[in-house]
Amino acid sequence: MAWQWFHRLGSPRWFYERTGVWLPWLALASLVLLTVGSVWGLGFAPQDAKQGNSYRIIYIHVPAAFLALAGYYIMAISGAIGLIWKMKLSFAVMRAAAPIGAVLTFVALFTGAIWGKPTWGTYWVWDARITSMLILLFLYIGVIALARAFSREQVADKACALLALVGTVNIPIIYKSVDWWFTLHQPATIKLTQSSSIDPSMFYPLLTMIVGFYCLYTWTLIAHTRTLVLQREWRTQWVQQELAEGNRGGD
Amino acid sequence: MPVTPESQDLLQVRDLSCRRDGRRLFAGLSFALGAGAALQIEGANGAGKTTLLRTLIGSAGDFDGRILWGGSPFPQSLPQLRESLLFIGHRAGVRAGLTPLENLVWYGAGRDDALRALEQVDLFGFEDTLCQELSAGQSRRVALARLYLPQAPRLWILDEPLAALDVAGVSSLQGQMAVHLSRSGSILFTSHQPVALAGLQRIDLAEYAVDEFADEVGGAYAFG
Amino acid sequence: MPSVESLSGIAPAASRAAPGFGALLKVELLLVLRKRADIANPLLFFVTVLALLPLGVGPEPELLARVAPGIIWVMALLATLLSQESLFRSDFEDGTLEQVTLSPQPLYFAVLAKTAVHWLVTGLPLALLSPLLGLMLNLPAAGYLCLFASLLLGSASLSLIGAVGAALTVALRRPGLLLALIVMPLYVPVLIFGTGAVQAAIDGYAYSAQLAILAALLAAAAALAPLAAAGAIRISVDN
Repeated sequence: MAWQWFHRLGSPRWFYERTGVWLPWLALASLVLLTVGSVWGLGFAPQDAKQGNSYRIIYIHVPAAFLALAGYYIMAISGAIGLIWKMKLSFAVMRAAAPIGAVLTFVALFTGAIWGKPTWGTYWVWDARITSMLILLFLYIGVIALARAFSREQVADKACALLALVGTVNIPIIYKSVDWWFTLHQPATIKLTQSSSIDPSMFYPLLTMIVGFYCLYTWTLIAHTRTLVLQREWRTQWVQQELAEGNRGGD
Repeated sequence: MPVTPESQDLLQVRDLSCRRDGRRLFAGLSFALGAGAALQIEGANGAGKTTLLRTLIGSAGDFDGRILWGGSPFPQSLPQLRESLLFIGHRAGVRAGLTPLENLVWYGAGRDDALRALEQVDLFGFEDTLCQELSAGQSRRVALARLYLPQAPRLWILDEPLAALDVAGVSSLQGQMAVHLSRSGSILFTSHQPVALAGLQRIDLAEYAVDEFADEVGGAYAFG
Repeated sequence: MPSVESLSGIAPAASRAAPGFGALLKVELLLVLRKRADIANPLLFFVTVLALLPLGVGPEPELLARVAPGIIWVMALLATLLSQESLFRSDFEDGTLEQVTLSPQPLYFAVLAKTAVHWLVTGLPLALLSPLLGLMLNLPAAGYLCLFASLLLGSASLSLIGAVGAALTVALRRPGLLLALIVMPLYVPVLIFGTGAVQAAIDGYAYSAQLAILAALLAAAAALAPLAAAGAIRISVDN
């Protein structure tokens, strides 16, 4: 049946057992890609004509910023699936995605600030992208804070899913309005990232880093979701068995 | 909708089990409630009485089993059920900032009917007092006055209707419930205390209690 | 056995009277007008904080004129937000909200009526008060009409967006700061175009585009926010 795989995908137990096999491979892939990407990007990619070596922070900044935004959509879509099909696992993914996304947003902001010092001479400028990123961080924090406020997990799940969806509708409007606001107040001087005009010798290590970050993100998301699944299902038989095996030191 | 032989049992529950916070409260509950019948749900605190009522009115959706209204299953038949439903919950639905009269009018009553209903719950003379100035028992009686309106819907689902009532209030309410049954209405209610109603069925939720957590079988919650 | 005739005392399914939108508005307005202090508080907050501003940044007319549009807008935003916490609270606590979710009438209209009344008693008075505050903060003459118009349009959007947050947090005991946390980022576009319009008016540019965008935001919020709030109410009632 077409629905059967969907049903099984929704099963926390099936997810837990299946993803246990994936985790080491994802960890390996992200380790290799991130090592190759950072050595290549930091050590071998050429210097930028204008910014010198300071541009190299894009190898962290750009992938983090990419995933920060993508992570919000992953969170919202998981929440929507949970709301519509009442799938437990989907809510767990949503809840796991929130702190990971918030951390990535923070990393993007933090590396942006470090980059800002040599580029603009100050750690913080109200650049359109940075401002949007800051608002994205607030959106993440809102979801996390709302989740913590409820004592009942199931209510928290639904409330967060709804808030994430409302945020999703708003994100394009927020980004557009911040862009408009920025052009109004100061003309664009430096475009932070224009991957289209970037030289291939700089771009390939960046691409490696982006793919590496995606692997790392997936690994973290799955690992965190597995923890949440165990916490939420701990009274079920299969989790009890799983824990008992873990205690015996079995693998 | 006239009562047809097929839908003699307005509300049917088959092999119902309800969960709250992933914990199964009871399982294997089956009953049918026909026109002119009353059913009392008993059980200790935490047995799932309120969850059962909330499931039946469609406010809580975490259940397995089948619920049918007029022969057709949930959730498709939920809107029809709600059209003939009068629900009074633990929170009575009486607005403190309105008077008893205004509250009843808000529930769709005509002014004269509302005044007569208030008189029957012994609130004559309080119809223009703000509900925030009434006592808890009086405020509860404002909610119960909805049961005395002539256009009362056919299915009553009441959570602890006798709580906070004095002896006279209890006997008046029992009388009104009997009147509703005689008009072939149906009543489903929870109560700790015995209720004198002819032909009253009783279900003790303690008999359906389960002390286990829902294990994963199908994978997800019941879809839909 | 019941016969069809004996059912005459029972209301047929469809005739259960659900209050119309006008009746909903009337009741909400009645409830709000009986608690006048709740209406006055956001307005007093608005005026008081703006009166503190010159004490904080200094009384230079040029400086005040420069920050006036932004500060007035931010304070209007905060005043709306503060009053929003109680939007569904009493209805939730007394069980009315639960009854409304059971009503055959769509929850959308109940939320819309509540929000409309909230705007009538906060957004509208804030907009009416704004010229006075503009005067105190030395707002250039060109900005007044636009400040009024932008607040009139924008505060309605703020009420609608805030209603979603209020509905999400209504089951919590002390939602105040959490409500601010989840709603503030959603206010950003309204704030940007509201202040943008006033700034454009002061600088002598046309500001109809900004007002049009505010109106578009309002239309989108009126269509979507009550839906989201209705969903949030169903989640909160199941608590």
